[in-house]
Amino acid sequence: MKRYRTRKGDGSFIELSESELKSELEEGTKDAAGRAHIPPLSEDELKYLFELFSHPSKFISVEMGNEIVLSYDAATLKIRRVGVSTHRIQSLQIYEKLLGADTLEFDHVDYSVKPVKPIITFEQPELEQALLVTTLPMFYGAQPNLGLYNQPDGPCPNPGDLYAEGNIKEAQESQEEAVEYAISDMVQMGSAMYESGADGINFDTTGAAGDTDFLATLKAVEKLREKYPDMCIEVGMAGEFVLGMHGGLSYDGVRLAGLYPHKQVELAQKAGVTIFGPVANTKTDRSVPWNTARSVTYFKECVKVSEIPIHANMGMGVGGLPMVDHPPIDAVSRASKAMVEITRLDGL
Amino acid sequence: MGGMRTAGDLVARMQMSRGMKINEAKEYVAGKLGISVMDLVDPVIMTEIRQDFNLGLTTPLPGYAKGMEAKFNIADALGIEINSVNKFKERSKGIS
Repeated sequence: MKRYRTRKGDGSFIELSESELKSELEEGTKDAAGRAHIPPLSEDELKYLFELFSHPSKFISVEMGNEIVLSYDAATLKIRRVGVSTHRIQSLQIYEKLLGADTLEFDHVDYSVKPVKPIITFEQPELEQALLVTTLPMFYGAQPNLGLYNQPDGPCPNPGDLYAEGNIKEAQESQEEAVEYAISDMVQMGSAMYESGADGINFDTTGAAGDTDFLATLKAVEKLREKYPDMCIEVGMAGEFVLGMHGGLSYDGVRLAGLYPHKQVELAQKAGVTIFGPVANTKTDRSVPWNTARSVTYFKECVKVSEIPIHANMGMGVGGLPMVDHPPIDAVSRASKAMVEITRLDGL
Repeated sequence: MGGMRTAGDLVARMQMSRGMKINEAKEYVAGKLGISVMDLVDPVIMTEIRQDFNLGLTTPLPGYAKGMEAKFNIADALGIEINSVNKFKERSKGIS
């Protein structure tokens, strides 16, 4: 019996029979459809995915004409993370001239809004110099990261401790206080970097601290959009599902806790986001075909309802890809092709 | 799409500045450059087009626009505002 070599969500190789592969794809799309209350993939789309995962080539790609924009988060951070000893401006030149990137992103190694604030006057002139020697559109990126506003790292009482003590109301009030600090910092950072000449601001890993994180970002986007009508604002999410760390927060009358990508993007649009980056988390004990079918199901609905460009997050542990530092190209190329040709999204 | 090797940065700019979806952005850029949508991702054709419009090249040639200079030409070719170009103009006022 023919068996198809693929991987699990932890990156390890597995082999599946034809019926097992088909079953993984069907179960993956059903899982997403059931969780987000959206339609599963059609028979034709599942057949397309089967052909993709049964293809013997290591690397596959989209058909000519289906190419999309590839934007990169945390570009200068990633060059440093792999131990390449370059200045940030040189890192951006590497992305531009050697890696074929479509956009650039300048960022601080901590990659969170709060720590950028005290060093913003060091960030601005370096960004300004980077803009002189590069041609690609340039984002400044950072995470809202509301966890940094809680004690011992920040001014607000730690909601985790308060919840553990049974002080629910106090924990919620503390998070609401953190939202206000974060909005102020995000608007300050976004304004400063736009005034320096950045083409856009990327609030990456939004929602990492739950509904408070998402609310703060939406409100900061509102303020920045009002202040700078032409600014590009990208919001990339941290997870497929907004965690209810507070539980009672809403935006424009919609409760934030529990929202999936197709509902998240509706609020992002209302707030004034230019490009939205949905996430689907990888389940490491399921196969890459299962995870890909699941991710594509979420993103297809997100693209369908969205009026703004969608740049899905594809990387280590998201978008159907294995949770490993260096996602293998067989998995990356298959999941990417499926994203583009089934969901018809605008970028990755 | 290939960034400066092709027209990836130009298509990205239309998504970023006008909120265009991918097909609309490609058609807009192709229209402005007088080429087909398929040409946008061909590094052979796009190297010539980028030379013709002086939009910045992966391999820099003497006398051609680089960095900020290329962005001035991209703003003109696509009919868009580029924030860093406008800031450059504001900051260099009176210097000449």
